[in-house]
Amino acid sequence: MASRRPLRPAGFDELGLRRALADRMLPFLVAAMAFLAALALAGWVAAASLAQGWEAGAGASLTVQVPHPADSAEPSGTRLDRVLGRLREMPGIASAHALSDAELTKLLQPWLGSAPSTSALPLPGVIAVRLADPALPLDPVAAQVQEVAPGSLVEDDSVWARRLAVLGRSLQACAAAALLVVAAVAAAVIAVATRGGLMARREAIEIVHGLGATDGYIAARFAARATLLAASGGVFGGVLALPVLLALARLAAPFATTSAPPQAGVLDALPVALWLLLPGLPLAAATIGFCTAQGTVRRWLRRLP
Amino acid sequence: MVRFEEVGLRYVTPGAGLGPEVLHDLSFTLSDGVFRWLLGPSGAGKTSLLRLMYVATRPTRGRLTLLGADVATMSRRRLPGLRRRIGVVFQDFRLLSHLSAFDNVALPLRIAGRPEGQVRADVGEMLRWVGLAKKNQARPQELSGGEQQRVAIARAVVVRPSLLLADEPTGNLDEVQAERLMQLFKEMNRLGTTVVVASHNDALVSRHPAPALRLAAGRLVSAE
Repeated sequence: MASRRPLRPAGFDELGLRRALADRMLPFLVAAMAFLAALALAGWVAAASLAQGWEAGAGASLTVQVPHPADSAEPSGTRLDRVLGRLREMPGIASAHALSDAELTKLLQPWLGSAPSTSALPLPGVIAVRLADPALPLDPVAAQVQEVAPGSLVEDDSVWARRLAVLGRSLQACAAAALLVVAAVAAAVIAVATRGGLMARREAIEIVHGLGATDGYIAARFAARATLLAASGGVFGGVLALPVLLALARLAAPFATTSAPPQAGVLDALPVALWLLLPGLPLAAATIGFCTAQGTVRRWLRRLP
Repeated sequence: MVRFEEVGLRYVTPGAGLGPEVLHDLSFTLSDGVFRWLLGPSGAGKTSLLRLMYVATRPTRGRLTLLGADVATMSRRRLPGLRRRIGVVFQDFRLLSHLSAFDNVALPLRIAGRPEGQVRADVGEMLRWVGLAKKNQARPQELSGGEQQRVAIARAVVVRPSLLLADEPTGNLDEVQAERLMQLFKEMNRLGTTVVVASHNDALVSRHPAPALRLAAGRLVSAE
């Protein structure tokens, strides 16, 4: 195709599109879409990092309760030691830490008060386990623990973290859906503008078509104009969104998993992923402009012989 | 060569399907390099016949061969290449008002993808030929009717078409300008172009006697 590209002078506007595809309304609408897309993108990045943080928390911790921890019927130490030993040998477990009496008392304080006399109660030994592999199946762990200390309980603490992670992923999906809707509306806006241009320049198109212009030639003129206008709208909208995103980032800083130090520069205020995605806005707008104009014009031209 | 065999034409009305037949059973052949008048009263189908010949529409039935190509069965993708070999002059000129005379004449060459150097040379020569070299930067609305007609002719012949068609080209011109236009057509014809001119200007036709296709009510009455 490149070898057949006409050597037209740059800026030769045979269809008069500079007036027909006006340079104010379309970039303004695309800028509004790009602004919304930037917000949705920021939401997507934020939801992704939250979900990631929660997922890291989810499944990463277990609690093992060992009743009668100090019993030592066998020569290999107390029941608690045996469970600890077995847990530390298992693959997929990052660490296992038996809570000390002080830690246990602190944990139970809200229910039992701080009186040491409560130790008369037969408290189980509690082991906090961190998993290296969040997807580790828990049934084999429970079976092994039962084997060395019958009556022990393995509790999965990650249920809430998992629910939060699911929530995070859902938020991310919502942001992605919002991005898709914005892209679809942008495409619709460009399609309407292109159809307007086709109507306004119908006579010129028919003349050029009659002189032997191919559908590709005519569509390329519209696509070039729509790409330029959409890209400028994308740049404009992205730049407009920047101060809003920075303000939002400042508001959200206390909740962020990796918060930047307060004296950090503008570059550190937004996640790296967002900085990498934002320049994609004009690019995406340009692509939508190009494809929509090409499709709209080529479909419309089918009515000509 | 142009060959019509039992050609019929109906226009498609959007939403209403095929309209009544406007051309019936046209059969004739034009050899390369001939000059033909296309004559007949208003509404006889002259414009429809010309539209078939510059591929603005395709026959509803019959067989139409233009410059060696079967138009009825040709794929749509190949039609632009055929159109570039046919020059058309319209009564209402159909110039692009936002382009200069130079750019209007350059348009078919640029659409055909000719190098810009060749475009400049050819368009310059063509505008000199029609006597508009000094007005090459004027917009159509700054030109007189006769001058606009000459720009339209320059645009039609700049690609050196094998077939040149004109629909009532003298309708907006005075006698002197119409005479000058006929000289241009005859010169193109001498250079080997097949020329078909639709007209109802009897005086002009009698001053330039030539074989004619005569239409009446969508039928070919005579083809000399």
